[in-house]
Amino acid sequence: MALASALAYVTFFLVFVAIFSIINLGLNLQWGFTGLFNVGVAGFVAIGAYTSALLTTPKAPDRMAGFGLPVAAGMVAAVLFTGFVGFLAGALTLRLRKDYLAITTFGVAVVIQALAHNFVSLTGGPFGVQFIPKPMQSWLGTGLQWNLAYLAFSLILLASMYVALEKLVHSPWGRVLRAIRQDEDAASSIGKNVTLFRLQSFIAGSMLMGLGGALYAHFLGFIAPEDFLPILTFQLWAMLIVGGSGSNQGAVLGALVVWGFWSASGAMLRSWIPQAEQARAAALQVAFIGFLIAATLVIRPRGLLGHLQALPQKTKNRE
Amino acid sequence: MLQLLADGLILGSIVALGAVGLSFTFSIFRFSNFSHGELLAWGAYLALVINTFMTKTVQGLQTPIQPFSFGWNFVISMPLAAAATALLALFLDAILFRRLRKQGSITLVIASFGASLVLRNLLQYWQGGVPQYYSQNLQLAMNVVPRSFHGGLRFTPDQLLVVGLTLLIVTGLHAFLRYSVLGRAMRATALNPDLARVTGIDPEKVFRAAWVISAVLATIAGMFVGITAQLRPSMGSELLLPLFAAVIVGGIGFGISSLWGAVIGAVGIGLAESAAVNLIGSAYRASTAFAIVILVLIVKPDGLFGERT
Repeated sequence: MALASALAYVTFFLVFVAIFSIINLGLNLQWGFTGLFNVGVAGFVAIGAYTSALLTTPKAPDRMAGFGLPVAAGMVAAVLFTGFVGFLAGALTLRLRKDYLAITTFGVAVVIQALAHNFVSLTGGPFGVQFIPKPMQSWLGTGLQWNLAYLAFSLILLASMYVALEKLVHSPWGRVLRAIRQDEDAASSIGKNVTLFRLQSFIAGSMLMGLGGALYAHFLGFIAPEDFLPILTFQLWAMLIVGGSGSNQGAVLGALVVWGFWSASGAMLRSWIPQAEQARAAALQVAFIGFLIAATLVIRPRGLLGHLQALPQKTKNRE
Repeated sequence: MLQLLADGLILGSIVALGAVGLSFTFSIFRFSNFSHGELLAWGAYLALVINTFMTKTVQGLQTPIQPFSFGWNFVISMPLAAAATALLALFLDAILFRRLRKQGSITLVIASFGASLVLRNLLQYWQGGVPQYYSQNLQLAMNVVPRSFHGGLRFTPDQLLVVGLTLLIVTGLHAFLRYSVLGRAMRATALNPDLARVTGIDPEKVFRAAWVISAVLATIAGMFVGITAQLRPSMGSELLLPLFAAVIVGGIGFGISSLWGAVIGAVGIGLAESAAVNLIGSAYRASTAFAIVILVLIVKPDGLFGERT
């Protein structure tokens, strides 16, 4: 019995790691390979989750959404729509100072959070979206078997995204991205449209975030606005920075390490700290994520597996 | 209708003080400081702690100074909290930002992002999430414009003080940047750091001054939030988007025009938010600043008074 529950826990944990890894690969494409700072990752993940959830849930009389589409269609739509939002944010800001993208993505996350909370007729408001279909449940039931199958599905997706990205960053396209990152002026002087390459990278990264969001929604079967609070953005950034930006292995390893740390510290919190103090202590757990980001930047800027050459070069006040 | 103007002006004053500080660090250190909102929150809470301590130790300090809602303890706590917040900003710079300055602006943005999470949650741990107030006294609003004229205009004395002091502080900063040696050194460093260094300006002194000034302004802004609304650990992060919006509307840059640009941007944001709350309800209040950012980025990405970048 203990073995079964341990297996269930490990499965659950690993599905999350796989989902975070996929999102993190997207973030790594944006930041690690292209130097685009996305501060609203949670917003992009939420867009993917809500898009797929709203398209696949059964019709409900009190809500606008609920189209009962197949899960696969929902996931594809989630990827495309999140990519579209990435296109809008990127098209607007990528020509401007780098900080503007950061501020705009921050705003995207704030607006998405407000919509998720307040646009009740579409998103269900604070109660979120329930009864999100879990694919193939009629075959596999609801138990461990289904979780294991979903884990396999997520891992296959992760593996194919990983292979595709590795191919991509070593392709001529990826070389241009690295060239832009190293020296923007040099890249544009040999005729590369810097803004276009950045935009493509930003859109592709957003799509991976949308896919991660959709996977999350269909795994849990229930999403609510508080699943996509800013803390999620911070956690993903911690995963990327700790793992090492500019390395796809690092992005996956970071997801494993930071999510492992987060789960373990959460478990310790619940078992060691008295109930009344838990809310306060949770603040320390969150603070540590921020500390992890800042400390890694100072002590080991490459992260565990990052490439030094992928780090931003010193720019002489060119901003 | 007119009352919207009053609410917008009060919020605008608070945002202005924060935005001016943000634009100081923006143009001296060349990065968007995502932890600036937390300086507001820390300033406000440090003042609260000093306030409470004084109330316990010295009798009568909390008696309101007519016609305001707060006593001398509030007045005395302002410079003390501002000094403590300035030390906090300098400490952050010493352990974090200074070490990363060579790595480019976006690394600093990420670092400030991490720092904001640490600061906010330490505050939450220390003070808890329950809203707090400087004073329990209630104030009656005064009629500045009678109710018969477009619904009238009412301010509490505290609110009038917030608007008046903000105007005074910004005017003081204008004079500081225009006439003082340090102010001119700061402008020179913002314009061209290398050239400024060659002319004998000590960049470290300018850096310190930028942190101190923006922390002091943040403390005052945070305390203003405290007397016009309430203190919550998330108060800083909730103001962050309006602060950025005000800086972007005003135009990034350093100097007298972008100082007033940030103020005008802030008042614009304040008015827009109070109008939006009235028109579509408070649910989307936070999105107003975002809408303005997007609008400015489409129409005039350099802002109203910004230099071309």
